[in-house]
Amino acid sequence: MWLRGISGLSLAFLYLPIIVLVVFSFNASRLSAVWQGFSWHWYGVLRHDEALLAAAANSLWVAALSTSIVVLLGVPAAMGLERLRGRGRRSLETIFLLPLVLPEVMMGVALLLFFVMIRWPLSLATVVIGHAAFNLPVVIVMVRARLQKLDPRLEEAARDLGASAWQTFCRITWPLVRPAVLGAALLAFTISLDDFIVTFFVAGPGSTTLPLRVYSMIKSGISPEINALSSVLVLSSMGLVGLSLAFQRR
Amino acid sequence: MNQSSFSVESAAGSRSRFAGFRLLVPGLLWTIVFCLLPMIVVLAVSFATRGTYGGVVWEFSLDNYRDLLHPLYGRIFGQSLLMAGMTTGLCLALGFPLAYYIARLPPRRQALWLVLIMIPFWTNFLVRTYAWIFILRTEGLLNTVLIQLHLISTPLDLLYSNQAVLLGLAYGYLPFMVLPLYAAIERVDPALIEAARDLYADRWSLFRRVLLPLTKPGMIAGCVLVFIPSLGAFLTPDLLGGARSMMVGNLIQHEYLVARDWPLGSALSLVLMLMVMGSLLWYFRAQAPQAGAGGGR
Amino acid sequence: MPVSRYVVSVLGVATICLLAWSGCDRSRETHSQGGSGAIATLHYFTWSDYVSPELIHEFEQMHGARVIVDTFSSNEELLAKLQGGATGYDVTVPSDFMVSVMAAQGMLAELDPAALPNLNTLEPHLQHPAFDPMHRYAVPYLWGTVGIGYDSAVVTPPPDSWDVLWDGRYRGRISMLNDQREVFGAVLRSMGQSMNTTDPTMVEAAKQQLIAQKPLVKTYASEHYDQLLASGDVVLAQGWGGPVARAMRDRPSIRYVVPKEGGTIWADCLVVLRASPNKALAMQFINFLIDARVAARTSERLLFAASNREARAWIRKDILENPAVYPPAELIPRMEWMKDVGKAMRIYDRAWTELKMQ
Repeated sequence: MWLRGISGLSLAFLYLPIIVLVVFSFNASRLSAVWQGFSWHWYGVLRHDEALLAAAANSLWVAALSTSIVVLLGVPAAMGLERLRGRGRRSLETIFLLPLVLPEVMMGVALLLFFVMIRWPLSLATVVIGHAAFNLPVVIVMVRARLQKLDPRLEEAARDLGASAWQTFCRITWPLVRPAVLGAALLAFTISLDDFIVTFFVAGPGSTTLPLRVYSMIKSGISPEINALSSVLVLSSMGLVGLSLAFQRR
Repeated sequence: MNQSSFSVESAAGSRSRFAGFRLLVPGLLWTIVFCLLPMIVVLAVSFATRGTYGGVVWEFSLDNYRDLLHPLYGRIFGQSLLMAGMTTGLCLALGFPLAYYIARLPPRRQALWLVLIMIPFWTNFLVRTYAWIFILRTEGLLNTVLIQLHLISTPLDLLYSNQAVLLGLAYGYLPFMVLPLYAAIERVDPALIEAARDLYADRWSLFRRVLLPLTKPGMIAGCVLVFIPSLGAFLTPDLLGGARSMMVGNLIQHEYLVARDWPLGSALSLVLMLMVMGSLLWYFRAQAPQAGAGGGR
Repeated sequence: MPVSRYVVSVLGVATICLLAWSGCDRSRETHSQGGSGAIATLHYFTWSDYVSPELIHEFEQMHGARVIVDTFSSNEELLAKLQGGATGYDVTVPSDFMVSVMAAQGMLAELDPAALPNLNTLEPHLQHPAFDPMHRYAVPYLWGTVGIGYDSAVVTPPPDSWDVLWDGRYRGRISMLNDQREVFGAVLRSMGQSMNTTDPTMVEAAKQQLIAQKPLVKTYASEHYDQLLASGDVVLAQGWGGPVARAMRDRPSIRYVVPKEGGTIWADCLVVLRASPNKALAMQFINFLIDARVAARTSERLLFAASNREARAWIRKDILENPAVYPPAELIPRMEWMKDVGKAMRIYDRAWTELKMQ
């Protein structure tokens, strides 16, 4: 059926570039797209590229920290939004969801201007703050979606039975909400690892992240080292997806 | 029994409403300080003047907005809107059949396909853009393969063009179109489709008269999710377009980091934001009647 | 089951704490004042292709310090980052005209000549450059010219004027720099004007010429035009000599020429930032980089000319004689140094944006 053909083609279209990158990371030749022999050489170059490894370390640190921040801020915010009734709710929702709809360029320049105005020197910390700012709505949306499916009577029943707010949370709400939180955390982590534009504007001395480094490598031209890096990143993305699925099936 | 549960409920209700607000506060503060305040700073700076070497001089001036009336900037915005629009159209054309196909698969295969669609999204965007550079350049994969198959004799000039940018953007945002579409199509009662088939509807009428109206909210959601990021796209025109053209995102970056005209850049950002808000308003307005009509299940 | 979940969450929290602590450690280190016990750290902000890990290591071992390198790809990006509050850098490498801009804004620390003995052996034309005659702020590091790299197998006869970039025979195979001053500079020189003109009518005329040229231009690239030349994507590229020399290694038919109307002579200079916490170490680093033998190795790797004339003794003959790297002495008086144009920058900005919009 033609529908199947088109869908298959679309899927192939989605995967073609990735497969090409992985395959050609093993190409012995530097410049051309002609296959000139299998080689692990570029992975070796990758392993010894200190600037790249430092950038990767920065990226991981920023992602871990910003994800922790958004989870700590976002889960209570989602719960708060769910419980709130009345007119204030709409406007609060809009405020929280604002970063989601803004183009990244805007967030980047706004944060840059803001940090300059309050004379906060740019550094890895400003990158973390930027990431946490635009990832917060992601967590809120995902956790709220889960909360909305929760039966409110479960919480009420716990309160009726004399449980305190904290106990209710620990024993009832948290186990039910946890898969969504973990899924949201993984998503926020990935988005933070991947982010370029906001980071580009607010990175300071010593805060080059992986995407920034890859960008300057790409601007300097083609290199199979980038292919090798891409394969590594693709594999880790698949790993992360697998993890997130495993969590969600619980 | 009724009375006591009522009083417990209302007490719990007022307690939880208050507690609810308290839970919000940290997140709210964070968003206000690091999202709203920066926006206000941008607004303020857009009315200021540029210092001699860049930097901001706090003299109120409408010059920046007046400058934006220059047809040059109108063209940039126009071209960006056009590019974003074409990207959205392309994603819609590719995404709808794909979403429809997935929605009609048995549930387990659906999950598999959805995961397959999401995996490229989870891969680094820069890396995926680089892949297209690798494929499309003069000595790239596509040209090499075509030449070796003797289909062409001189390499095609594919990279560093608007077409390459369109391809890169559509490629990057396709998953954002497919997912809402899939969600919307999946909710359509299959009996309706069958009924249309029984009434001898061909594929096109089926799409136009049955699917289109029913999946409109999903379509609009997908369009908005693709349109807005495409409008502010910066990496793709920069890397795939060969710096031959400027979209709004590139222009804003140029004003901030090259021309160092922060007031003008801020004015540009605000206009961009207005455009985004405009699209969102359209989105919400399109949702509203649907909430009344199609919600019944 | 519950036990393993507990273990996982504890590990998770522990990991987060560890990461946060190591991050704090990292930032503590980078702001250290080089006091006893802590390693002195130098922040070097330089062009993306100037970094050499082995030279950095050498310096680190010689002085027991740590060098952290960040990169930028244009002078404007450098200035924007510094103006945007990126403090913490010690040494950076602006181009000649950017030195005057930065000095005027008070960003640069004054250099101590006693700490820089290698200053005495600079090339003649670099000893008293217009932008900083007494080397108060800047030490020239690498210098060269801007010209045209071309494939002599395709482009005949050998070009000698900027006009060749407007030759319709090479449509779609020309690349220009993605730098508004350099691109306008080339046109202005071909029109017989100074590239530092502030006359709006001249800039307008130059813009018209560039708009006429645009259909012939494949891309505006400041960074990978050497690859484009080497792979045959373009046969004519406006560029700095070094990358063209690198392209020559991959494709021997590539040549470099400085057009007869003249072009830019440039020098990237090492400066110490006023906000630097490690000025003494910074100056030691600068002296290290311009040392004859170190500079020679940098020259051989990057194929840019070194500022220290004694480096010539250590550079291979073929590189010394390559006009893309070391321009012939008689050429130098004909070249023009780029100067900051102050408020007229706005005119160039608008014209550049209009050009990109076509």
